[in-house]
Amino acid sequence: MRVRAIIKRIVQQFLRDKRSIALMMVAPLLVMTLLWLVLDLEQYDPAIAVTDVPVQMQDLLEEQDATVEEMSSAEAEEALQDKTVDAHLIWDQDQVKLTLEGSDPTASSAVQQVLNQASKQMNPNTLNMEVNFLHGSTDLNLFDNIGPVLIGFFVFFFVFIIGGVSFLRERTQGTLERILATPLRRWEIVIGYLSGFGIFIILQSIIIATFSIYVLDIYMEGAFWSVLVITFLLAIAALSLATLLSAFAKNEFQMFQFIPVVIVPQVFFSGIFHIESVGWLEAIGKIMPLTYGADALKEIMIRGQELSAVLVDVWVLIGFSLAFILLNILALKQHRKL
Amino acid sequence: MSSFISLNGIQKSFKDETVIKNVDLAIPRGQLFGLLGPSGSGKTTLVKIIIGLLNPTKGTVHIDNQTMPSLKLMQEIGYMAQSDALYSELTAKENLQFFASIYGIPKKKQKQRIQEVAKIVDLTDHLDKTLEHYSGGMKRRMSLAVALLHQPKLLILDEPTVGIDPVLRASIWQDLKKLQQQGTTIIVTTHVMDEAEKCDNLAMLRDGYVIAQGSPEQLIEKSNTETLEEAFLHYGKITYE
Repeated sequence: MRVRAIIKRIVQQFLRDKRSIALMMVAPLLVMTLLWLVLDLEQYDPAIAVTDVPVQMQDLLEEQDATVEEMSSAEAEEALQDKTVDAHLIWDQDQVKLTLEGSDPTASSAVQQVLNQASKQMNPNTLNMEVNFLHGSTDLNLFDNIGPVLIGFFVFFFVFIIGGVSFLRERTQGTLERILATPLRRWEIVIGYLSGFGIFIILQSIIIATFSIYVLDIYMEGAFWSVLVITFLLAIAALSLATLLSAFAKNEFQMFQFIPVVIVPQVFFSGIFHIESVGWLEAIGKIMPLTYGADALKEIMIRGQELSAVLVDVWVLIGFSLAFILLNILALKQHRKL
Repeated sequence: MSSFISLNGIQKSFKDETVIKNVDLAIPRGQLFGLLGPSGSGKTTLVKIIIGLLNPTKGTVHIDNQTMPSLKLMQEIGYMAQSDALYSELTAKENLQFFASIYGIPKKKQKQRIQEVAKIVDLTDHLDKTLEHYSGGMKRRMSLAVALLHQPKLLILDEPTVGIDPVLRASIWQDLKKLQQQGTTIIVTTHVMDEAEKCDNLAMLRDGYVIAQGSPEQLIEKSNTETLEEAFLHYGKITYE
């Protein structure tokens, strides 16, 4: 079995290359952890300067975890300028005036939220709502929300780098041409490559998903194995894309030039930002594999869907991979017609 | 005797540069055939066309009455590339095992063949080293071992002895002669005259043209010179005047 010979060789090579194993297996965990530290923080507690605000209101604000400081208008203006407070609230007879520092949207919305809550309690007659969640909960924070996208992205990114560079190296060191001087068929080379790396990809998917869900405690409503299926499909798409693109790179440096062109834009279109309102932006997202992987992961992890509910995503990912594989087999024709 | 390998009107252009210009060659079975020429004369390109790694712009290659490229014939050809296309992370043995499996050599026979070729290129004691720790000459020998592994009917060796010391070079040439006696057809490219003299027949290549063909003795005799080197210069002059 010639395909098996290629698989065996790739495994042998990869096991000798400890650093690449680390890059593929450990680096995504490190980056996920850092993002978790940054995104999983408790909500921001604003500092508000107040002038002539009734004590009752001040107490209510403090109940909402805001830091309240009594000062004159002039002092408050200076404090806003120095960014020591996020907002200035003035109670001028009947008129209430709020000045926001405004350069940080997180702080601004935190101030407004605190004021909303406080005024609701000042005036209990306003609409009293009971809020229920169909999916998620009040605890669903930014990390939980974009976590599925990040899992997809890091799987894609690290597989792309390692798969692309190692296939490229076959070209630059001449071994690709050398094995094309054997009776190996072009498809055997491509399939052997994908399968050899496939073993490590499965491992990587398991490690990243396990770590995110069980260690970082990312919000997870669906089935673990469904997540694995999607990350694996995404990784195969990344690997087949990377091996295909390596045909158009002369060296490692040129391979890395594909990252800002091919990889980074996928993040913007894969569900971290809301782009539904702009049709043509959404259309760009439609041609990117990560869009489908991230969508499926979100459905499974946040909304608790089964794989059967994300079949479209699954098929599109498989379609991408098949297309890249076929193109790659064709691209090898530049080395040997047959 | 019909020729084992025949090249008819081979031409190869890259973009607007033509590197092989209308080459006809006929190599009989069992011959040790030399392609002699300076670097840049098109030796490697020609060799790659013969094996099927490059498509000629014009012309055809037939080996054993079959048109190249042919996967079936690939099985019968041993190829040693000019650059050592080996996996440096792997040991010599693992490299050989890989290629042995690619050529479909049965497991039992693999061991035996690996020992045999390692002995030919004098690497028996270094089989378990990774190629990162091999010297340039050792890698060259290793490439040759890979080419010999599946006992091909046709050996194509692109500058096989570059970077190999004189003692080992002599022994490799002895081994090539031995393989030839066993019926293997061998094509060797070289730019070294004293190696060319060891070939049965030569094609002198310059700027993509075959400027002369024949046995080393014939080439020297016809050109009225004393050495192959002088003969080469002589034929070069004729072509360009």
